[in-house]
Amino acid sequence: MGPSDGRPVTAHVRGPSLRDETETASVMMTAHEITRASASVPVGLLQELRGILSAAAVVDEPQRLVVYECDGFVVEKNMPDVVVFPESTEEVAAVVRACNRHNVPFLPRGAGTSLAGGCLPVGGGIMIALTRMKAIHEINLRDRYAVVDPGLVNVHLTQKLKGSGYHYAPDPSSQGACTLGGNFATNSGGPHTLKYGVTVNHVLGAEVVLANGDVVMLGGPTEDIPGYDLTGLFVGSEGTLGICTRLWVRLTRDPAAYRTMLAVFETVDDATVAISEIIGAGIVPAALEMMDQGIIEAVEAAFHFGFPLDAGAVLLMEVDGLELEVDAEATRMESICTACGAREVRRANSPEERLKLWKCRKQAFGAIGRLSPSYCTQDGVVPRTKLPQILQHIQDVSRRYDVRIVNVFHAGDGNIHPILLFDERDPDQVERVLAASDEILSRCIDLGGSVTGEHGIGVEKINFMSRLFSPDDLAVMGLIHDCYNPEGRLSPGKMLPVLAGCGNEHMPRRVPGRKAAL
Amino acid sequence: MSANSPTQAASPSTATPLGATIPYERFLDCVHCGLCTASCPTYLETGDENNSPRGRIYLMRAVTDGRLELTDTVRGHLDLCLDCRSCESACPSGVQYGRLIEPFRVETQIRDRREGRTEPDSWFQQWILYGMFPYAGRLRMSLAPARWAQQLGLDRLAEKMGLVRLLPAKLQRMHRLLPPLKPRGAAIPHLLPAKGERRARVGLFTGCVADAMFHHLHWATARVLQANGCDVITPRDQVCCGAIHYHSGAGDPALALATANSRIFGAEDLDAVIVNVAGCGSMLKDYGHVAEEVAPGSQETAELLGHFAGRVRDVSEFLAELGPLAPPTPVPLKATYHDACHLCHAQQIRQQPRQLLSLVKGLELVPLHESEICCGAAGSYNLTQGEMADRLGRRKVENIIATGAEVVIMGNVGCSLQIQAELKAAGSSIRVLHPMEILDEAYKPAEE
Repeated sequence: MGPSDGRPVTAHVRGPSLRDETETASVMMTAHEITRASASVPVGLLQELRGILSAAAVVDEPQRLVVYECDGFVVEKNMPDVVVFPESTEEVAAVVRACNRHNVPFLPRGAGTSLAGGCLPVGGGIMIALTRMKAIHEINLRDRYAVVDPGLVNVHLTQKLKGSGYHYAPDPSSQGACTLGGNFATNSGGPHTLKYGVTVNHVLGAEVVLANGDVVMLGGPTEDIPGYDLTGLFVGSEGTLGICTRLWVRLTRDPAAYRTMLAVFETVDDATVAISEIIGAGIVPAALEMMDQGIIEAVEAAFHFGFPLDAGAVLLMEVDGLELEVDAEATRMESICTACGAREVRRANSPEERLKLWKCRKQAFGAIGRLSPSYCTQDGVVPRTKLPQILQHIQDVSRRYDVRIVNVFHAGDGNIHPILLFDERDPDQVERVLAASDEILSRCIDLGGSVTGEHGIGVEKINFMSRLFSPDDLAVMGLIHDCYNPEGRLSPGKMLPVLAGCGNEHMPRRVPGRKAAL
Repeated sequence: MSANSPTQAASPSTATPLGATIPYERFLDCVHCGLCTASCPTYLETGDENNSPRGRIYLMRAVTDGRLELTDTVRGHLDLCLDCRSCESACPSGVQYGRLIEPFRVETQIRDRREGRTEPDSWFQQWILYGMFPYAGRLRMSLAPARWAQQLGLDRLAEKMGLVRLLPAKLQRMHRLLPPLKPRGAAIPHLLPAKGERRARVGLFTGCVADAMFHHLHWATARVLQANGCDVITPRDQVCCGAIHYHSGAGDPALALATANSRIFGAEDLDAVIVNVAGCGSMLKDYGHVAEEVAPGSQETAELLGHFAGRVRDVSEFLAELGPLAPPTPVPLKATYHDACHLCHAQQIRQQPRQLLSLVKGLELVPLHESEICCGAAGSYNLTQGEMADRLGRRKVENIIATGAEVVIMGNVGCSLQIQAELKAAGSSIRVLHPMEILDEAYKPAEE
């Protein structure tokens, strides 16, 4: 089995839709019409769905489907044929089985904050919105886990835990809105995952509805469950292997103390050298974030923190741990920054000041709207020591393509977010932004990195998969895909390219779009 | 189902598409990141993105672009919006959601009138919302029988006998929302002089519903201001702020009221215009925008209303700026604080009332879960969108009861009516008070 026997590597667009791809493409991008690039949904399926769920939980009026045509990634759009709102695992499984009986594709959706089109219903079909499954079933502080529904908003868990001495560690910048099911699907990260790890390190187990409607339990509340680590396999599979309907997540003790600092540098180079030196010195900061001059300007306009507008870059640094050790670590980081040419290092003097600093960082992308009418955020990764090289390259690309690029990113783990500023109404700028983005991401691959740190592949980066992985690598992934999703009805067109191409050629990339990012 | 058949675009017979008066950049400000969704009460309740801020902006934009017709379905999603502006607090891009939905509603209303569509609610809007609410005097008189009935216990008798159910649904809701009415005290005189050293001269805005039902609150507010060294001027001829009209799409009457208030308070020499109702306060502060939306191009109106709006302060905001004097008398209570949307989201006032309350000896303030999620009152929303208002009211009251507080404090009478009614329905004895009622107690001379 495999590509050698001539079988397609993945079968996941083998589904019933996408019949006429060229026609689809031309219809889809017509600006002022509402269209659906999909096969029609059989009347029988609609009746079955109405039998499984309450009438109010099955939405098929086109006017109510428009808002589901895209998520945080707005470049490509397509309406689902139906959106359903199940409220239990049994309902999800019944919907999945009905879709299979009628040979109609389906996909899950949480809050729709994906920046890579993870919730885009490629080829239409049934969208399974998990937003009404949002209960917290159990909080077990002594065993340090919680059992939650997939539609629960990330921050709602941490709010519920407030005062208990525990929290849920992965904190994507969208945590105020994104769901834990979506975090599970994309293996979300965030500023504090440098020390605490990403979602996969915090999911102990999951109940999953497979593509055929079977319900399985992966992992569980205890550590080191024997057998294959299927939880690890499903986390980050972008909804292509199954639909998570319940999660067992790890709870993390709140740090006893923390110190938050802001180091001000004359140049981006100095700041990136300091990052390497800090990590090289064996310090594991809770967070280590960089913002360059362009971002500082936008953030200062939005939040008036008092950032120095003439600085080349700032590092937002946080250490946490025991009261005794944080001061020593903070002092070491300060002296490393000073040795690397920092103009000054400030400490946040109060919890309010710390919160405000973090607000500036977490909402930095939104503030970009103040610099430019449109922007496009990229999400690349390089080994930390290569940060100076990639940033040099970004400056170079910016010059060559005449596109302004600003940077704000998770420096500690080498996850860069260059933001390309442009005006979407100027086609020439749009072309240059697309070319510049490709060049930056290609360079990330050349430097030993990847084209996504946390936003996922979705439909946006699917073209890069064959550059990131060898045919054999992709063939193995294809086998896994086919094992769980053999008919390809679950989340078609996501993450894995088909042998001949990405499978999304019917969706031409027209504009980089305006995107907020994590 | 009608798959593959595109929804009909708005009919070309409509001269100008809806949304045409809204600067298009306001739509473009939304980058569709979705960070607003979980801040929206109606999305929290329904999980449907059509009931989220991002979804509603998408719908309005689709209507404006001519992609979608404003059908009853689409309108239903827009009408379900509380206009609580929670999404504006959550939005990193600075989207001015209120300045999208409000002018959109104004345009819809104008179109309806032009096309002669009669609203099923029109009797209610004509006679009650527009005919009675904005007039403190009329409202006061219409409440007089209710006050007597309460004193004689007739209201509870009517409830027991089921007589209340004979009323139209909306009047039933109004009956349910009616708080225990206190005997109306004397009218507030034009000038109440500062106590001690004179530190400011302020105007007191009394509004319509608040003045009829919460007259005692205005007295409390005036006394707290006096105790903090303020001369308090209460112009007798001031009128309703116009929020009820403006938020339900009646732009012209709103502008007339705004102009009247701006002139009346403008005639006094004041350091600030003080308001103790969050809903009125955010409307008064928004007069500049009202001028822009309803009377574009009139420089004179813009200046008059803008100048007035610049001097409006919520009472807690004003006292925090002025530097409150230490209140001498303890108020030993366990209390929690509910953030009225029109204080925390529309005016970004969160810390000031808490700071003031923290000055009160003996008052223990415990945190309230989801304190910034709307209670469902939202102006006249609890009268026009009953089901959602009830759901949000119950959600709020469950959170309040879970705190174990004896008193819940809030800076908006709309919230007070709603939460009081829901607490009563839940059989709870938790009292609902305004920060000024607590401070009024605390500023009474200490008993020695």
